[in-house]
Amino acid sequence: MSIKVYVPLDSGSVALGADDVASAIAAKASKSGADIKIVRNGSFGMYWLEPMVEVETPRGRVAYGPVSTDDIDTLFEADFLTGGDHKLYLGRTQDIPFLKSQSRLTFQRCGIIDPVSLEDYRANEGLTGVENALKMTDEEIVKAVTDSGLRGRGGAGFPTGIKWNTVREAPADQKYIVCNADEGDSGTFADRMIMEGEPFVLIEGMIIAGLATGATKGYVYTRSEYPTAIDVMNEAIKVARAAGVLGDNILGSGKAFDMEVRMGAGAYVCGEETSLLNSMEGKRGVVRAKPPLPALEGFLGRPTVVNNVISLCSVPVILEKGAEYYRDYGMGRSRGTIPIQIAGNVKHGGLYEVGFGLTLGEIVEQIGGGTASGRPIKAVQVGGPLGAYFPKELFDTPFDYEEFMKRDGLIGHAGIVVFDDTVDMMKQARFAMEFCAIESCGKCTPCRIGSVRGTEVVDKLERGEEPELQLELLRDLCETMKFGSLCALGGFTPYPVLSALTHFPDDFKPRALDIAAE
Amino acid sequence: MSETTEDQNVRVAAICDQLITLEGPLLPILHEVQEEFGFIPDGALQTIAKKLNLSRAEVHGVASFYHDFREEKAGKHVIKICRAEACQAMGADALGDKVRRHLNVDWSQTTADRKVTLEPVFCLGLCACAPAAMIDGKVVGRVSADRILEKVGS
Repeated sequence: MSIKVYVPLDSGSVALGADDVASAIAAKASKSGADIKIVRNGSFGMYWLEPMVEVETPRGRVAYGPVSTDDIDTLFEADFLTGGDHKLYLGRTQDIPFLKSQSRLTFQRCGIIDPVSLEDYRANEGLTGVENALKMTDEEIVKAVTDSGLRGRGGAGFPTGIKWNTVREAPADQKYIVCNADEGDSGTFADRMIMEGEPFVLIEGMIIAGLATGATKGYVYTRSEYPTAIDVMNEAIKVARAAGVLGDNILGSGKAFDMEVRMGAGAYVCGEETSLLNSMEGKRGVVRAKPPLPALEGFLGRPTVVNNVISLCSVPVILEKGAEYYRDYGMGRSRGTIPIQIAGNVKHGGLYEVGFGLTLGEIVEQIGGGTASGRPIKAVQVGGPLGAYFPKELFDTPFDYEEFMKRDGLIGHAGIVVFDDTVDMMKQARFAMEFCAIESCGKCTPCRIGSVRGTEVVDKLERGEEPELQLELLRDLCETMKFGSLCALGGFTPYPVLSALTHFPDDFKPRALDIAAE
Repeated sequence: MSETTEDQNVRVAAICDQLITLEGPLLPILHEVQEEFGFIPDGALQTIAKKLNLSRAEVHGVASFYHDFREEKAGKHVIKICRAEACQAMGADALGDKVRRHLNVDWSQTTADRKVTLEPVFCLGLCACAPAAMIDGKVVGRVSADRILEKVGS
């Protein structure tokens, strides 16, 4: 029997050379007559070890990484196909501390299975959730999700079960499940990873959402920047359809659900749910005023569940193991697990799924291992480009929706970007305004105009033009944007700006004056 | 360039016919047209508008809203460099400056010899292997300016 060798197809791994590594291993194996089967799996999310190659051995899967094409000869010499020792040898994959200390519920099979093998998925308890759901009434499914305490993982943190119930109760001839996979926040890649590494769990989650609400059609709206995720999702949908998991007769139940993937076109604001719906309808991706809620008038005016990828991917385990099992993880009103994405200038960047409640300091310093540059950490941005910058003084903040809000921050989609002491916080504040100006849909004035004025004010501040006045203007402008904008783009841009200003006031001293003083 | 407007319209119309039954077909059609021609030809807007029973202005409004859709063909190579925060934390600004200087273009411009188009992108989801770029559709992580330029032969 051929030896299974795993080389990730994950974009992050491929960006670091996984494709070349896979072909080099295949070439070398065929030359040496070794009988191997290369499986392109998802990533376990330990990007400092990517490309991470694994081999199936009698003592379990063992890993080597980070592997480059230059290492292939010595790996074969070290007999890595039987788990031989090598300078890149990492031991059994499951024993790697970064992985071992996690609570992987949502990502339980990501990295382990062949992403598009339904047999692999089933062999690892996949589809148990939907099988259980098929034995339940719609009300019972909604109750399980509500009782689990699951909240929207896209950033808003709205209880998923309550949203589902609104759609369930809305009468309509057609309802929709829309998966928001428009993951545009810098520092986040959980949606990409799971779509590339375990697409069936998203399909399963969407089917369950359909059963709970009476929706028979689903869409995954994702980004054009994620070509691999699109390919893997499309392939998985095809496989699921052929196996009768999707279609008119889900797993022989007589119930229907089908889905397709839609690709965005490079507009950040389409991650906002109403602008996403407009985009799917073929319109400009401008934000809609709420009400009406998408749950009542969503895609094409029909009741629509719009859920983030991770919210939907967390549903199968809830239906498989029960609401209580999921709810037992976490703290306060933040229940379950959260896939934290550690990125930027960090030594051990990657995805770490764990119950809510670790402190920011534990995440960044212990799990992330500090900066990649080896310099001291100065700031950490949590929650994407609309999230606040946290200084070291706030590293005791527990990872929890409410605790972050108390500190004028947000956990958003749980992306964390680490900056070392070379970062210039005034520049970061200006960038937040600039980004908002580039990506504003233009519908509301505070966002459209405020962001442009914001960059100008920071520029004046930098030049030293009446600095006191500019600071006052900047705060006032942020106030207007925060309370006057239609959606989170304009409304949350003040978070990075004001947090930079509040926690790093020294960086906002006029540069022109510094030069004059020298 | 030898293609007539009429030929072009026939191809655009065929794309529309193929996708028109989708719920919300305009974005898929625009993507397909761009795939076919490398950009959205001006004449395509009218053809699409007619097929979807929209005004030309509406189609133009949609096509011009999204960063992805081009009004003219890109250069032979397309470099997209991530300018978002995680990449900034790993030196993306300096990287972008160096590439711009070397190619003598600004963001969203094409070199005079039409060889390279340089575009900013806000996040490729490669934030744990920053700085990142996408060159002719292929992702690269922990990339340097020299490596980017080498890949496009500049």
